[in-house]
Amino acid sequence: MTTLKDTGAPPGTAENSAPLPRPAATPMARALNQALRDAMSADASVHVLGEDVGALGGVFRVTDGLAAEFGEDRCTDTPLAEAGILGTAVGMAMYGLRPVVEMQFDAFAYPAFEQVVSHVAKMRNRTRGALPLPLVVRMPYGGGIGGVEHHSDSSEAYYMATPGLHVVTPATVADAYGLLRAAIASDDPVVFLEPKRLYWSKDAWDPEEPDAVPPIGRAVVRRPGRDATLLTYGPSLPVCMAAAEEAVRADGWDLEVVDLRSLVPFDDETVCASVRRTGRAVVVHESSGFGGPGAEIAARVTERCFHHLAAPVLRVTGFDVPYPPPLLEHHHLPGAERVLDAVARLQWEQG
Amino acid sequence: MPGIEQSGTARDAAAPAAWRPGAAGPLRDPAPLLPDTAPVRVIGTPAAAGADPETARLLHRSLVRGRRFNEQATALARQGRLAVYPSSTGQEACQAVAAAVLRPGDWLFPTYRDTLAVHLRGVPAAQALALLRGGEHGGWDPRRWRTAPLCTPLATHLPHAVGLAHAARLRGDDVVALALVGDGGTSEGDFHEALTFAGVLRAPVVFLVQNNQFAISVPLARQNAAPSIAHKAVGYGVAGRLVDGNDVLAAHQVVGDAVARARGGAGPVLVEAVTYRIDPHTNADDPRRYRSDAERTAWRAHDPVGLAEDHLRAAGLLDEETAAAAAGAAERTAAEQRAAFPDTPPPGSPEDLFTHVYARPTAQLREQAAAARAGAAAAPREVPA
Ligand SMILES: [Mg+2]
Repeated sequence: MTTLKDTGAPPGTAENSAPLPRPAATPMARALNQALRDAMSADASVHVLGEDVGALGGVFRVTDGLAAEFGEDRCTDTPLAEAGILGTAVGMAMYGLRPVVEMQFDAFAYPAFEQVVSHVAKMRNRTRGALPLPLVVRMPYGGGIGGVEHHSDSSEAYYMATPGLHVVTPATVADAYGLLRAAIASDDPVVFLEPKRLYWSKDAWDPEEPDAVPPIGRAVVRRPGRDATLLTYGPSLPVCMAAAEEAVRADGWDLEVVDLRSLVPFDDETVCASVRRTGRAVVVHESSGFGGPGAEIAARVTERCFHHLAAPVLRVTGFDVPYPPPLLEHHHLPGAERVLDAVARLQWEQG
Repeated sequence: MPGIEQSGTARDAAAPAAWRPGAAGPLRDPAPLLPDTAPVRVIGTPAAAGADPETARLLHRSLVRGRRFNEQATALARQGRLAVYPSSTGQEACQAVAAAVLRPGDWLFPTYRDTLAVHLRGVPAAQALALLRGGEHGGWDPRRWRTAPLCTPLATHLPHAVGLAHAARLRGDDVVALALVGDGGTSEGDFHEALTFAGVLRAPVVFLVQNNQFAISVPLARQNAAPSIAHKAVGYGVAGRLVDGNDVLAAHQVVGDAVARARGGAGPVLVEAVTYRIDPHTNADDPRRYRSDAERTAWRAHDPVGLAEDHLRAAGLLDEETAAAAAGAAERTAAEQRAAFPDTPPPGSPEDLFTHVYARPTAQLREQAAAARAGAAAAPREVPA
């Protein structure tokens, strides 16, 4: 898999896509499935394991057909025990395999948290590099799908706060494929957060010729702009893209949108270059704000870009409440309106 | 925990639902999985006559070395040359057996109390005790010695042993994983999950529970209501075996059979070895607060080193040469330990903190490493535009 320089162009524009005829619109879940299939074909040490990943193909169908194609030893339905699944994967990685674990939902991954924190994140460090753990923990995360309790958490802050992990989250179909391939190829453990409300969002994407994408650790400017920077990732990228379009129409603001893609490692360079250019920034995510990813991002941007800032870095996030019931979640999730309201508070009158 | 599903259609309340064929009884016969009602013993029983003399001599030598290893490490901890030492005094038979029954290609999964087993497997004392020295978290290359790092969070290494054994079997390799755990560790959720996975995957793994009667201060009676820890295995479809963990010949036979069974593809085994921790939990513990001297004295009379000597003497195997060879090996071990841990530990470098976090340090870690080197704050300086 080759990687491209960030062109700054959104996916599906002329700069990033194959020549005509246009590839079919493909949902993100299908691209993730293709990434697993291609990784398993390319490398016999790649094993998928998790709950319902076999005959059912996963509750979101991301592992559809893998057990039939590669056999149950390569795509394995496990007992229903998340610590056991991840702990078993650790042992498999110790023996030289590349396990890809599926956690069924974000909030059901918590039983495996001790394995993540005490072993997955630390094994390389504890053994002074002798025992790296090249494993991927895939996790559908976030809300917006009408899920009842425990089906809509955004737990990225816990993983970001754990040194030794990479924390990656795609927001486009091309990234879903490219970042998952990169995560499986990585010699470091990767927590791979799949925005579940984007599983069925489609982009023009050709499974025969997947677009090359920038590597893990690089943020991408999805929409260039002059006036302020929206820093976002995963399920909030489409929200920010919509807000940026609305801003041009309603207020004449030209907003830049940065898709972080990788929360760890964090791309200070791309983020700070954008904020220094525009002088204003808003961080947007679904996860709660207090002690959330946006707190770290706002602090980093302020430390590095203070003299370029015309206004404090603001955050638009989920509220500091347990994830609400599905009939109330629209009050909780940051929408374009709340994003534009924050942009309006960026001290334009003094700028 | 799948997504919430709707239940099926309501049954006719009048007619009882039909049984599915085979649903009325256990899926399989539990009898072959059941442990003996009393711990298996060899020394002092008629079975002792069948013990192989050379094996008995080798195990006895390991016990004598092991006792000396524990004494020396405890002394090093008292002198501040180790940060802490959780002693396995009284449990040397389990430690010696864990090392003795494995082939070089097999894997050992030890806990923090199992440095003796690690050393007897061949890992130099300087590496086996490095974590307890406090200069690093590991000590040895796990792949070179087929020995996982010491596990401190209880039972969390048990699923690793299952996964490694499963992976080896998928690759067609002749490898058994042996995981050590204590009586307290069997209460942890990871113990339950590891045994569930081991049973379902039929992984070639052996769990050796050193039941030393206490989880720091909490006695077994407050930890376990099962008939024995060995009986817990049956619920997972895993064979349970109960052995006198201070009788080195019995432990060698039972754990050796378990490894052979796993290697032969007959499935995992859990062995409960009944033993006793003679020393405090660590050098920082005060066992007088939770157990009596009388109890300790009673277990002293059933000491693994003493039992092995009884056997050798009864079998006419404890000649002067054998005793001297064992004592000499023990003193060489102690000398190696003393040499490995001189009075003053070498100062570590700040770069060391950042070297093995990721395959390549992130930009953030490179920045922090530079700051640590300079003794500066980690946050970057930003100059006015
Ligand atoms: Mg104990």
